Amino acid sequence: MSSFRGRDVLSIREFSRADIELVLRTARKMVPIATGKRVSKALDGKILGTLFFEPSTRTRLSFESAMHRLGGQVLGFSSTEGTSIQKGETLADTIRMVESYSDAIVLRHPQEGAARLAAEFTERPVINAGDGAGQHPTQTLLDLYTIWDEKGGFEGENVALVGDLKYGRTVHSLTYALAEFGANLTFVSPPTLEMPREIVEHVKEKGLPLKITHRLEDVIRDADVLYVTRIQKERFPDAQEYEKVAGIYRIDSSVLREAKRDLVVMHPLPRVTEIAPDVDRTKHAIYFKQAGNGVPVRMALLQLILGGAA
Amino acid sequence: MRELRVTPIKNGTVIDHIPAGMALKVLRILGIGDNVASTVTVAMHVPSRVMGWKDIVKVEDRELGTREIDKIALIAPTASVNVIRNYNVAEKHHVALPDRAVGILKCGNPNCISNTKEPVESEFVVRSKSPLRVFCKFCDRELEDIAAHIV
Repeated sequence: MSSFRGRDVLSIREFSRADIELVLRTARKMVPIATGKRVSKALDGKILGTLFFEPSTRTRLSFESAMHRLGGQVLGFSSTEGTSIQKGETLADTIRMVESYSDAIVLRHPQEGAARLAAEFTERPVINAGDGAGQHPTQTLLDLYTIWDEKGGFEGENVALVGDLKYGRTVHSLTYALAEFGANLTFVSPPTLEMPREIVEHVKEKGLPLKITHRLEDVIRDADVLYVTRIQKERFPDAQEYEKVAGIYRIDSSVLREAKRDLVVMHPLPRVTEIAPDVDRTKHAIYFKQAGNGVPVRMALLQLILGGAA
Repeated sequence: MRELRVTPIKNGTVIDHIPAGMALKVLRILGIGDNVASTVTVAMHVPSRVMGWKDIVKVEDRELGTREIDKIALIAPTASVNVIRNYNVAEKHHVALPDRAVGILKCGNPNCISNTKEPVESEFVVRSKSPLRVFCKFCDRELEDIAAHIV
């Protein structure tokens, strides 16, 4: 039996290297089902509760698609409008109610720590689909899958993380995971949006080569993976601070002329101006494929958690 | 010969070996303000053979609960708590930092779920005792200025 059965997915840091590798291998097996080439009834009779306390397009749709592709059912809400939450119900009570309607719970919530709290109030497995500026482990897993699938592994790959490294939750989780797998990391950000000190220290403690720069030009030639993030206005306490750094990095086809032929450009989406539309047509652009990988990766998790062995 | 500045108490608690300057924070933890029913003696900046300087707090007719002792451990990890009964030291404890601080600290992250109406107690994981570093179990943020977040 898989060690995943009934397990919560709250933070990527609770996953060992072996756990992550199992998810990646299982996800690859899921691809024919995720793309409709094969039909599965693996989770027939199972119900997934998807509780989205704030809007999300990709995460919610890919979870729902994943569950349907495995023959399971989905119930839930995509905003709190019209629910008892608007009447003042606590998250703890909502979770205890949904527990009796579903076999596993996917939770997106605007407050940090919400998924961990939810997990304390239910025996059902809870999957964190983003808690405020906190964790979003399934995003990290699909990012890892994308790199692994494109590059065949992580060790020795030059991965440059670009943009808002201070507030961007996806880059924090991804950094911890990539450090575990021995990737060569470079952090590219404006001085005001640098990677938090404790994460930099963590990478250094792993004994991995680490570069920190403010200039995209410093990394473009050597990078194997460029992971670009949006600088999010809503994370800035001060509008002036945002204006200073908005649009500071822009990847377009002229920037990519210097790049390795097999450089891949990733982005958790939605993008605004940081990747020009002319990049979409290049072979470097894999961000839509990356978003699509959300389905097999979430299928793998659902299968491992609800179905047992892969 | 040592000069005795503070008289012994009959029943109550003596908190000794408090790092110099922390006595007032200990009083705040014990909720000692305007309306105290018994005598409280505070000695600050007392010479100490072991510590150089220390503070002492004596509270008459009161014994401390586990949570109060845990709170003291957060700001005064060197402190000892002596329970006095009929002028004798009946019990002597060194405060010890627990591995988890439950219900005694408030998360400094305003967007943490533990700062809402949810029916949970705050909980912090002690990841390092010296220097003291605690992290919220829920949002995983490190709590800065620990003394200011004692509830």
